[in-house]
Amino acid sequence: MISLRLKEVLAVPLETEAITPDNFQDKSLAEIANLPVVYGNQVAKLGDFFEIKPNQSDEVRVEGDLSRVKYIGSKMKQGTLVVEGDAGMHLGAQMRGGKIIVQGNVGDWAGAEMRGGIIHIWGNAGHALGCAYRGSPRGMNKGVILCEGNAGNEAGATMRRGLIAIRGNTGDFTGAFLIAGTILVFGKLGARPGAGLKRGTIVAFQPPTLLPTFQYDCVYKPAFLRLIMQYLRGLGWPIEDEYFNGYYRRYSGDLTALGKGEILVYDQH
Amino acid sequence: MAKYYNGVEIEDTFAEAFKMWGTRVIITAINRKWALEAATKMTGFATSVIGCKCEAGIECEVDDTPDGRPGVSVLFFTPSKDDLPKRIMERVGQTVMTCPTTACFNGLDAPDKMKIGGQLRYFGDGYQMSKYIQGRRYWRIPVMEGEFLIEEKIGMQRSVGGGNFLILGENIEVTLEASERAVEAMKKVRGVVMPFPGGIVRSGSKTRSQYKFLIASTNDAFCPTLRGIVKSELPEGVNSVLEIVIDGLDVAAVEESTRVGVMAACIPGIRRISAGNYGGTLGQFQVHLQKVLGEEVLT
Repeated sequence: MISLRLKEVLAVPLETEAITPDNFQDKSLAEIANLPVVYGNQVAKLGDFFEIKPNQSDEVRVEGDLSRVKYIGSKMKQGTLVVEGDAGMHLGAQMRGGKIIVQGNVGDWAGAEMRGGIIHIWGNAGHALGCAYRGSPRGMNKGVILCEGNAGNEAGATMRRGLIAIRGNTGDFTGAFLIAGTILVFGKLGARPGAGLKRGTIVAFQPPTLLPTFQYDCVYKPAFLRLIMQYLRGLGWPIEDEYFNGYYRRYSGDLTALGKGEILVYDQH
Repeated sequence: MAKYYNGVEIEDTFAEAFKMWGTRVIITAINRKWALEAATKMTGFATSVIGCKCEAGIECEVDDTPDGRPGVSVLFFTPSKDDLPKRIMERVGQTVMTCPTTACFNGLDAPDKMKIGGQLRYFGDGYQMSKYIQGRRYWRIPVMEGEFLIEEKIGMQRSVGGGNFLILGENIEVTLEASERAVEAMKKVRGVVMPFPGGIVRSGSKTRSQYKFLIASTNDAFCPTLRGIVKSELPEGVNSVLEIVIDGLDVAAVEESTRVGVMAACIPGIRRISAGNYGGTLGQFQVHLQKVLGEEVLT
């Protein structure tokens, strides 16, 4: 499909919702180069900042130091977008379908309020992964975010539906005010996970420090978790058999909220 | 014209099969034993719609299940689209949800769906939780043993019921052996079940009776003990007849099942393979024995 290479290191952020496979479909290279971007406070064209070439694959590939390029893959609906390096804030925000693969780190608000599709981040994610924008009642609603590294604060906060899997550690308030959906954290959970949790599931594979408003229920093998892990394995996310077949301690909470949510903690014994 | 396979006469006739609605349910459990236990209970007393309201059977064991545990695939059939959800609800509720460690999944990717987990969830009395994974919703119903996991919707499709063939043998021993061989071969075909005990029926019926309160009665034309007093269909030397009834998710599966079953049943001591029909007046499908076997294998 199309390859984009950033021409130079950006001094100020470049904002563009143009970089999606949907936007490039059925457009000539000249038309793609004419798509609008905002550089600092100036309106410009995509071609001013990127070398644009066709490639032999079905993917859109973006190269360069994109840590200051915001909204890559935002609102995309289909296709595959590969970012070869770091990406800036709001990557895949409000996306509805397709797949984004980021081979480096991503900034804050990646997958914010997404409604479908898959984001696979091979590095670290910033704050507010899959979160709701301020003032908005709901965050991520359907879709999958896979983060191979660490994630910042408020990962999955106010999530309504969907699945977030984080291989590394998370910052504070992971899954805060979760409405539903599932967050798996294979590293260490930061402080106050699930604060204000209504429904939904946070799965901790390392012993977390829980708020006192979570009540212990039992140790058991949740059948649905196998379903999710099976799905993750199918997406190329390896999961150890001990997690797959293991016992989990169930805590109901947050009892200051609806209290119909849960934190499942992998039981090593 | 009669033709022969392996020395057994294949009568130039057809099985008359009917439109039904069918579904496939996957039951998983902690191990094979408990998956089979639930599947056996769920498909129990489901031999004929005449007396059981549905027909069902175990299709096969499944390794590649949604939750990665040992599983069993079962097929269910009812005459009407409205009946199928009722029967599945009753049976999943009473035989699968009650069985330790089981989970229940949709096994049929079809546009028509029935809400099963979406109804059974109310057993959770408000404590049920849902999970939406890969475009499918699942319900987690808290039970004393832990949690019962069931998919919200299960697919259903137009299907075929009442495929059949009759094995006419010299005595019960050889007829039963031929029937068992046929069923074993037919179990390898996907999309079909043989709903009767061991897949075999000894009391085939006709659709009338001298008693007004009965809609079906014994198939006297194939009863060896009545050969001398009714218009018998039995050739000389036949002293026992067994029938294999086939329900399938489509006609092709029923035909393939008939083909492998008939071929397996043609052993020494079997005189004829026939099939039950109503002259083509009632059923929507006709499975012609000679046609499904193929001219090339018949002499």
